[in-house]
Amino acid sequence: MTGAMTRSWRKRDVAILLIGFAFLYVPIALVIIYSFNASKLVTVWGGWSTRWYGSLLDNTQVLDAAWLSLKVAFLSGVLSTILGTMAALVMSRYGRFRGRLVFSSLIYAPLVMPEVIMGLSLLLLFVALDMDRGFWTLLIAHTTFGLCFVTIVVNAKLAGFDRSLEEAARDLGASPIGAFFQVTLPIIAPSVIAGFLLAFTISLDDFVIASFTTGPGATTLPMRIYSQVRLGVTPEINAISTLMIGTVLALVLFGFALSRAFRGGGRAVGRA
Amino acid sequence: MSAGKPKPHRRKLALGQRVLLAVPFLWLLLFFAAPFLFVAKISLSQAVAQRPPYEPVFAWSESWNVFVEKLGQLSLSAYGLLFEDDLYLASYLGSLKLAALATLIGLCVAYPIALAMARAPRSWRPALIVLAIAPFWTSFLIRVYAWIVILKDEGLLNHLLLSLRLIDQPLQIYATDWAVLIGIVYSYMPFLILPIYNAIDRQEPQLVEAGRDLGATGLSAFWRITFPLSLPGVFAGALLMFIPAVGEFVVPDLLGGSDTLMIGRTLWNEFFANRDWPTASAVAVVMLLVLLVPLLLYERNEMRISETRR
Repeated sequence: MTGAMTRSWRKRDVAILLIGFAFLYVPIALVIIYSFNASKLVTVWGGWSTRWYGSLLDNTQVLDAAWLSLKVAFLSGVLSTILGTMAALVMSRYGRFRGRLVFSSLIYAPLVMPEVIMGLSLLLLFVALDMDRGFWTLLIAHTTFGLCFVTIVVNAKLAGFDRSLEEAARDLGASPIGAFFQVTLPIIAPSVIAGFLLAFTISLDDFVIASFTTGPGATTLPMRIYSQVRLGVTPEINAISTLMIGTVLALVLFGFALSRAFRGGGRAVGRA
Repeated sequence: MSAGKPKPHRRKLALGQRVLLAVPFLWLLLFFAAPFLFVAKISLSQAVAQRPPYEPVFAWSESWNVFVEKLGQLSLSAYGLLFEDDLYLASYLGSLKLAALATLIGLCVAYPIALAMARAPRSWRPALIVLAIAPFWTSFLIRVYAWIVILKDEGLLNHLLLSLRLIDQPLQIYATDWAVLIGIVYSYMPFLILPIYNAIDRQEPQLVEAGRDLGATGLSAFWRITFPLSLPGVFAGALLMFIPAVGEFVVPDLLGGSDTLMIGRTLWNEFFANRDWPTASAVAVVMLLVLLVPLLLYERNEMRISETRR
C-alpha cells in the first residue's frame, strides 16, 4: 500500500512541494533577511547589521505595546484553554442534549466570523455595559475567540480517547474531577498545550478586534506595527516582525517539547 | 437514568455536567451572541455628534408601553443610506468578487500542494504538515506586510525583474486589486491545504489501485476517484477561506488602492473615520445576512465531520 504511494511519489510532486513551500516561506524569509540590512532602503543591501534591533530597544512605545500584548495573550490563552477544554468535554462526551446544536454553532461561528463584525459587536456590548475599554475588554474579546480554537483542537483529541481508562479510575474510587485530572488530562495534555499555544499566538496577532475593543492607553503590538506600516516600510518593522516570528517559533518548539514529555507520560499511564 | 433501559434520545444532564456546560455556554452567549443584538439596535439608531455617537432609540429599563411607542420611532436611515449611496453596494459586490476569485485561485494553488503532500512517503508527512501550518503561526499582519516589501513599485519583485531586464517599467501591482488577491490567497493558504490534504489522505489507496487494475489511466483515476472523494475537503477549505475573506480589512487596506472597495474596509472607515456607528452597524447587519448561507453551510459541514469522527 505504502509502496504504491511511494512509487507514484514522483519528481513532479517534489517540484510542486518545493514551489508551494517557496511561495509560503520566501516572503517571511525576506522580512527576516532585510531586518539585518544596514541600509534604510529595501532595494539596497548595505551589509549585515543589527542597528534596527538596537533602535527598537530604545523605542518605549513599541516595548510597552509588546508587553501589553504578551500579558493579554498569556492570560487570554490560559482562560481560553480552561473554557475551551470544558467546551471540548461537553462536545465529545454529552452526546445529544438539548441545546447541542446551539452550543456547537456558538463554537464554530467565531472561527469564520469576519473580524470587523466581531470587533464592532463586542465594542457595542462594552459600551452598552458601560465598561471602560482597555486591558480587561481586550482580555474578554481575545478569550472569546481563543476558546473556540482550543475547543476544536482538544475535541479532536478527545474523539480518539479511550474512555475505559477513565471508567477504571472511577471504579477504583476516583471522583469525576479526580479522574479527569489524574487520568484524562495527562493523556490529552499535548492537545491542551497545542490549544493554549494557538490561542496565545492568535491573541498576540490580533489587530482588528483589538482596535475595536481597546481604549486609550492600551495599544497592542499589532496596532503599533499597523500604524508604522501605514507610514511606510521601514527596517524597524522588519526587526519587530523578526522578533515576533522568533518568539512564536521558540514558543511552538517549547510546546512541542513539552507535549512530547507529556505524551511519554500519557503512554505510561496507558500501559499501567 | 436507570441501567438496562435503552438510553433516551436526549440525555438529562447531571449537576456537575450542567456546570461544565454552562460556563463556556454562557461565556459565548454573553460575548459572542448577545453583542449582535446591540449591533441590530444601534443600526436602527440615529447618528449624532456626541459620545457615544448615536441617539439611543430605547433603553432596556423602559416599560413595555414606552418600548412599543418607541418602536415606531426606529430609524431606518442607516439602511436607507446603504441603498442610496453606491459605495456600499459596490463594496459588497467588490468583497464577494475578490473573496470568490481569491478562493478559486487559492484552491488551484492549494490542491496540487495537498495532493503532493498526501502522496509523499508516510515518514515525511508529519514534517510536511508542520511546514504547511507554520505560516499560520506567524503574524497575519507581518505576512501581509511582507507583500508590500515585495510588490511595491520600488519593491523587490520589480527590482529583480528590472535587473534581469525582463521588464523596463516597474509593474504596478501594489495598491491594485491584484495585490489584494495575492495577499488573500497567500494569507489563507494553510486553511485550504489542510482540509484538502485530510480529505485525500483519508481515502483508501486500494480504490485508486482497483481503478487502475480496471484499466483507468493515472489521470482518469485521479479525476474519477481521488478528486470526487476529496470534494468535502475542498468545500470545507473554501468556506473556511471565503467567509472571513469577504469581511477582510487588513489585506485591502494595506495592499489595495484607494479604489479597492471591500465591505470590511468600508465598515472600518464608517466606524473609525466617520464615527458613524449606526451606519457601521447597518453595514455589519447586511454583511451577516449576505454571509448567512455560507455560514450555515460551513456549520453543517463542520458538525457532520465531527459527528463522523466520534
